[in-house]
Amino acid sequence: MPFLLGGFDFYMKAKIYVTLKPCVLDPQGKAIHQAIKTIGYPSVADIRQGKYFELSIKEGLSQEDAHQEIQHLAHSVLANPVIEDYKIEIEK
Amino acid sequence: MKFGVVIFPGSNCDHDTYHVISKVVGQPVQFIWHKSISLDDCDVVILPGGFSYGDYLRCGALASLSPIMQTIKDFASRGGLILGICNGFQILCESGLLPGTLLRNQTLKFICDYTQIRVENNSGAFANSYKAGQLLNLPIAHGEGNYFCSPEDLDVLKKENCILFRYCNEKGEIVESANPNGSLENIAGITNKEKNILGMMPHPERASEEILGSADGRAIFHSLNIHMAAVEKNRR
Repeated sequence: MPFLLGGFDFYMKAKIYVTLKPCVLDPQGKAIHQAIKTIGYPSVADIRQGKYFELSIKEGLSQEDAHQEIQHLAHSVLANPVIEDYKIEIEK
Repeated sequence: MKFGVVIFPGSNCDHDTYHVISKVVGQPVQFIWHKSISLDDCDVVILPGGFSYGDYLRCGALASLSPIMQTIKDFASRGGLILGICNGFQILCESGLLPGTLLRNQTLKFICDYTQIRVENNSGAFANSYKAGQLLNLPIAHGEGNYFCSPEDLDVLKKENCILFRYCNEKGEIVESANPNGSLENIAGITNKEKNILGMMPHPERASEEILGSADGRAIFHSLNIHMAAVEKNRR
């Protein structure tokens, strides 16, 4: 069954999580962690900041083809493979 | 010889660069809109500083998808000369024309200041008017100028003499205290292996006239002139 979101039909939803590679320093995550420590949360050991994208996929692509297309998009645009890793989840 | 200055939505050093080339260096120059797919026979293409696409996604990432970039990639593969300044450097990295990328400054602060730069080698098109080891006083103005690349890419940069400029102290020493943004090995500017593409964070176009406090950047444009004159002479 197609969903209706923002006035148009789509069949699949793709979620893409982009995170900094472990070898890349994340000063933003560190700054957030420092600030959080001043109000408590002693159990938080480290924070790394990332990005999250939500894609609505139009009707007409198989899940396999959609995954392939999104993989290419994530690799070439949404993430910079020099410094970032990414994870793709596709929901029917 | 003709220069082309590409304008992306959000470029803001395009007119400074145009001014230096036309009025200070005295060479023909034209603007190129990013949606164009032609370089109009330009011999040198400059990607100017600014905040293309508001730095959305990653600095330079969306500009690297502009129609003109495919033309610039073809131009690069034919040995065409390309200079990317500040945001232009970020665009060159994002489009894969130069290795690595530029991260947020380690301090997380936007830095607008003069820096001391050492010319690491003066061979090639971009630095032949400098002496190797010469110290330059050039301004920087960026929030994301922290150069980063993989250890393998760094090896290649060193082996092929691709590191053209490094941040240094007043004595010309490459030390951590002279590194404004956390760049790997104090890197301020690199070329590709073929040496026809230079990307640099400091702004030579803002330091090409004495009245502005420094004219140390002018020799980059002068070097390009000398290089192109030699190329043209060989052609005849």
